Amino acid sequence: MIEFFLNGRRQYVEAEPTTSVLALLRETLGHCGTKEGCASGDCGACTVAIADPDSSAAWRTANACITPAHQLQGCHLVTVEGLARGEALHPAQAAMVECHASQCGFCTPGIVMSLFALHESRRQTPAAPLAPQALEAALGGNLCRCTGYRPIRDAAHAMATQPDSRPAWADDPELETAWRALGRASRATHYHTPQHLAELMQLRREHPQAPLVAGATDLWLGVTQRLEQWPAVIDLSQVTELRRIEAEDKGWWIGAAVTYREWEPLLQTHYPAFAHLLERLGSAQIRHRATVGGNIANASPIGDTPPVLLALEARLRLAGPDGERELPLSAFFLDYRKTALRPGECIVAIWLPRPEDDAQLRVWKLSKRREDDISTLLGAFHWRQTGEQMHDVRVAFGGMAATPLRVHKVEAALEGQPATAETFADAKRALRAALTPLDDVRGSADYRLTAAANLLERWALILDPSRDDTQEVALDAYAH
Amino acid sequence: MRTLTKRLQASHSSAEARPQAPAAEAPVQGDEPLAREAIASTHDAARQPQAARHESAVKHVTGRAHYIDDLPAPAGALHAMVGLSEVAHGRLLRLDLDAVARSPGVVDVISAGDIPGHRDIGPVFPGDPLFAETSVSYVGQPLFAVAATSYAAARRAVRAAVVEIEALTPRFDAVAAAAAGEFVRPSHRQVGGDWVQALAQAPHVLEARQFVGGQEHFYLEGQACLVIPSEDEGVTVHTSNQHPSETQKLVAEVLDIPFHAVTVENRRMGGGFGGKETQAAPWACMAALLARRTGRAVRLRLPRAEDTRATGKRHPFHNRYRLGIDDHGVIIGGDIELIGDCGHSPDLSEAVVDRAMFHADNAYSLGAARVTGHRARTHTASNTAFRGFGGPQGMMIIERAMDDIARHRGEDPLTIRLRNLYRPGRETTHYGQRVDQHPLLHHIVERLTQSSDYWQRREAITAFNRHSSVVKRGLALTPVKFGISFTAKHLNQAGALLHVYTDGSVMINHGGTEMGQGLHTKICQVVARELGLELAAVRISATRTDKVPNTSPTAASSGADLNGMAARDAAIQIRRRLLDFAAEHYQWDREGLTLQDGALIAGDGDAGHRVAWGELIQAAYLARVSLSATGFYATPLIHYDRDSGQGRPFYYFAYGAAVSEVRVDTLSGEYRVERVDVLHDVGDSLNPAIDRGQVEGGFIQGMGWLTSEELKWNAEGRLLSDGPATYKIPTFGDLPPVFNVELLEGHPNSQASLYRSKAVGEPPFMLAISVWSALRDALASLVDYRESPDLDTPATPERVLLAAEALRRRGTP
Repeated sequence: MIEFFLNGRRQYVEAEPTTSVLALLRETLGHCGTKEGCASGDCGACTVAIADPDSSAAWRTANACITPAHQLQGCHLVTVEGLARGEALHPAQAAMVECHASQCGFCTPGIVMSLFALHESRRQTPAAPLAPQALEAALGGNLCRCTGYRPIRDAAHAMATQPDSRPAWADDPELETAWRALGRASRATHYHTPQHLAELMQLRREHPQAPLVAGATDLWLGVTQRLEQWPAVIDLSQVTELRRIEAEDKGWWIGAAVTYREWEPLLQTHYPAFAHLLERLGSAQIRHRATVGGNIANASPIGDTPPVLLALEARLRLAGPDGERELPLSAFFLDYRKTALRPGECIVAIWLPRPEDDAQLRVWKLSKRREDDISTLLGAFHWRQTGEQMHDVRVAFGGMAATPLRVHKVEAALEGQPATAETFADAKRALRAALTPLDDVRGSADYRLTAAANLLERWALILDPSRDDTQEVALDAYAH
Repeated sequence: MRTLTKRLQASHSSAEARPQAPAAEAPVQGDEPLAREAIASTHDAARQPQAARHESAVKHVTGRAHYIDDLPAPAGALHAMVGLSEVAHGRLLRLDLDAVARSPGVVDVISAGDIPGHRDIGPVFPGDPLFAETSVSYVGQPLFAVAATSYAAARRAVRAAVVEIEALTPRFDAVAAAAAGEFVRPSHRQVGGDWVQALAQAPHVLEARQFVGGQEHFYLEGQACLVIPSEDEGVTVHTSNQHPSETQKLVAEVLDIPFHAVTVENRRMGGGFGGKETQAAPWACMAALLARRTGRAVRLRLPRAEDTRATGKRHPFHNRYRLGIDDHGVIIGGDIELIGDCGHSPDLSEAVVDRAMFHADNAYSLGAARVTGHRARTHTASNTAFRGFGGPQGMMIIERAMDDIARHRGEDPLTIRLRNLYRPGRETTHYGQRVDQHPLLHHIVERLTQSSDYWQRREAITAFNRHSSVVKRGLALTPVKFGISFTAKHLNQAGALLHVYTDGSVMINHGGTEMGQGLHTKICQVVARELGLELAAVRISATRTDKVPNTSPTAASSGADLNGMAARDAAIQIRRRLLDFAAEHYQWDREGLTLQDGALIAGDGDAGHRVAWGELIQAAYLARVSLSATGFYATPLIHYDRDSGQGRPFYYFAYGAAVSEVRVDTLSGEYRVERVDVLHDVGDSLNPAIDRGQVEGGFIQGMGWLTSEELKWNAEGRLLSDGPATYKIPTFGDLPPVFNVELLEGHPNSQASLYRSKAVGEPPFMLAISVWSALRDALASLVDYRESPDLDTPATPERVLLAAEALRRRGTP
């Protein structure tokens, strides 16, 4: 049994552990306004907005196709059917109509929901200018094949000047209290939502085969693409120890189930280059749900955060049947999709060291498309400049081997050396000798190796004191 | 021949457009008798809401617009899924479906042997078995289909099949296939003059090759249908489909029942782009078989990965040119060869490669040129229609040549393009059609050059590049001339059915389908205009084969041109009938009667009379006047002789031009399209808002084709980029920050088209070639514009980087 609110109305439904929000809407509840475009979280046609007790009244967009239905417990779900008040359209809808921003209309419900969340987040300051970056962040996860996006961009701007029509459910002052009172803990037999680490450990003993799910942004493709059937699921998204960020003198323990969205403000302050990467990681719908623990445990060679965390010498706190242990992240990735996790173990938190005052970090991601694309390769570069010399040089790459990895030979070529063209030429030679990257759908090995070496060249250029400041060495939209 | 005539099992093999006596070559001007009814420009009809919003706009934004999978199905409906080949080429030794049949929820399983009628559903020529029988010819080819009680059960059951295929050597290289004579259709030639002599005498001869990648349609709504068995031997088919009549025919032939037992309906598609012209039919045929066998409704919706693997794409092309030019860079003549990678079967490839050939000149006179088109057979899905239908691939070779000539002569590419545009004395294409309105090309290019500040920006960019070693900027203007008409002559016809009900509300049906392009909106505007009504008084229910029969696909940009004329014909009949009736009934002067503003108006001013539309209709009904009419239209003047490769295949040409500016990081290959300026010719626009939407949407789709949309197969022929995680269409951030789009005004179509408008679906797609050319321009700056870089497409960051590295390696400073 899942209890939640849908467009202001209370729902009680039964669902399998593997039922998605999209299937629940379309097949069980007869709400067919939300569309399936890809069933993999890549197109945004199924975008819905969710308010949960953690989200402090903000609407989070999500791809309904890969969101577990059971995660709706105790939430308020709003879909495209829930925005208009009779014939009066919500500003997101009215602006889309006014700007001729729908053609075939199939992606439109998802775009309307992304615009809805954007509009609601700005309701108090509707006249504030809408920065291009904010728009891209809000709409980058919604593919449209017809319009070319110009009228959608216009619609986003035009929302502010539409009549401020509110959905009918927005009138109900009791509504929020009502859905918040439902409670988030699952009451279903096969969908478990442990609240504490001890409970999680207990459940893992009882259901050793049950997958662990948090954001489900990759895991759920097992359901939609590979048709996996899971008799039980253990959901990490309510485990207190995994959900918090603990600040210490020398850094932070980031709970494994903390989402990118929740993590971003901290990075914005302390590691802006890392925060910039998050803008290009997935889409808003993904960043609202995906977790840093998931990105690590997934152990993909092209995961975006592991190379950065490797360059920052992150550590992991793991919990298992034999208790907790710590492990440097560099010791976690053993081989292609193989990790040092022991049976029954899971990641509890990630240690992110506080940056040294003179430390520098650059994160450069190369992908076929700038937004909402997986890295072809990603380089993360950490160093400190002491006088002429570079110190604490840490170079990590994704997409260049079977796992994300530090490239010690490149580091050695740079460590303690002046940042000259010769030094970087040595580093490039070391890189070419050290790596044999993959050759796959995202890029050839030749391209990866050439581009990775060129990222070292870019690094050399930004450190070149003779370089004229007006000379650009990268495109701002891709790299800072 | 692609007709709706019932095909005999021994199929015709005649060419698509039959040889025919050439008609008079003189272009028909607007005052010819033919044009009398059509002459009025849209822009005179100020009373019409020209920029009317899409008829479904409110339904789109509220989620009330139904697509196939949203339709409620009758009780007991089943879900179908298709089993696909995992092998690219081989002999099918064993297809054991026992385990499939025994899977939970399975109700029926079918394969080739279960088809009562035709087993080959090739739309024009045979070659597309509904299910593989003895051999397989691509990864993703349907082998069987299953119907089960749920979508998940059907998907799971498919995986239980035992399939044994003896693998044979597959062929994926279209150039090698062409060299070996492996063609799905014979090669074709167009020869416009003595090209051998032209090459021999030219002071300079340039040659180059290029690869132009294919493109996945990536319609957001995948292939889907819902088939409901009827009470007799037939079916009703709801399908996301650009060609309902052909699907009706194929379903009937597969079931071996008369066409009138099959009704095909489509309200709207969630995108088509050519991908649902022929390739929506197989799924409807399979679902119809299952529906007839089980007596239950059957849904069939392909998951994205299966959809992408099973269906054909835009044809990849391997192009080559050898052109003789004079000292000014003007083409004297030469030889162009186009090899279309057709995949495993003909599908529409005959016409697609023809259209590539028809557009190998784009907007430039080729002089004395020979153009050859080959249709190579490879072991991939059968490539099919896609916005532009080969035209874009053909244009790419001559646009490459323009840039190459410019670098060779040391002049700006725009200068070279201007010199080569069709002009007086050089106004006949290599296939013998005179390019009327060619002054418009010059006008568009010149105006756009000014409005985009081309020359000032060129100067600034050259200066920037001289100073900037890593980031390079590029600029390019490319024109478009695109021929409008189906090159298969008989498809240039359309029908409509118009009803006026006694409350005065109007229902119009026509043969075209709505895939987002705004066709239904435009058709309603046409009817409202002819009957002097508010747009809201006119409605379209859906495209249905039992309302308007024997229709052509909604393709070739022809939807509004053809169906609009047919709808207009029907509306004019109703108007005449009503005015004849009113003249007699009210005893008013027939000449002074008009329909406007929702009323019958007789005479002027105080002497005038006014009868409200509803009242007029009531009176007409009581007087037993028929309030229903069928309309029809056939495009005049067009012909093409395949034997000689000469004719006038196009009723008219649509023109346009674009200027694109890019900024390229030559160390990473990353780039941004920073500014785009477009000036596009739609004649007198039927609906400027919709037309602008087509121009912008076409441009961005074309940009995706040439930049980030990369189809990749593994060595076994399995498509790796089979979904949006790996196949990257443009997203919001790819929209250029500055995107100035203007529709050319004041230049009505010179031909008697619908209110002097021009087709707009496909032509703007090719404006995006300017992005590719701008990338080459930026790269050329690495060698001070002395060389013309090779840059195959899609020009992904990888290709751009490797091109930059190749230039740098050649050691130029």
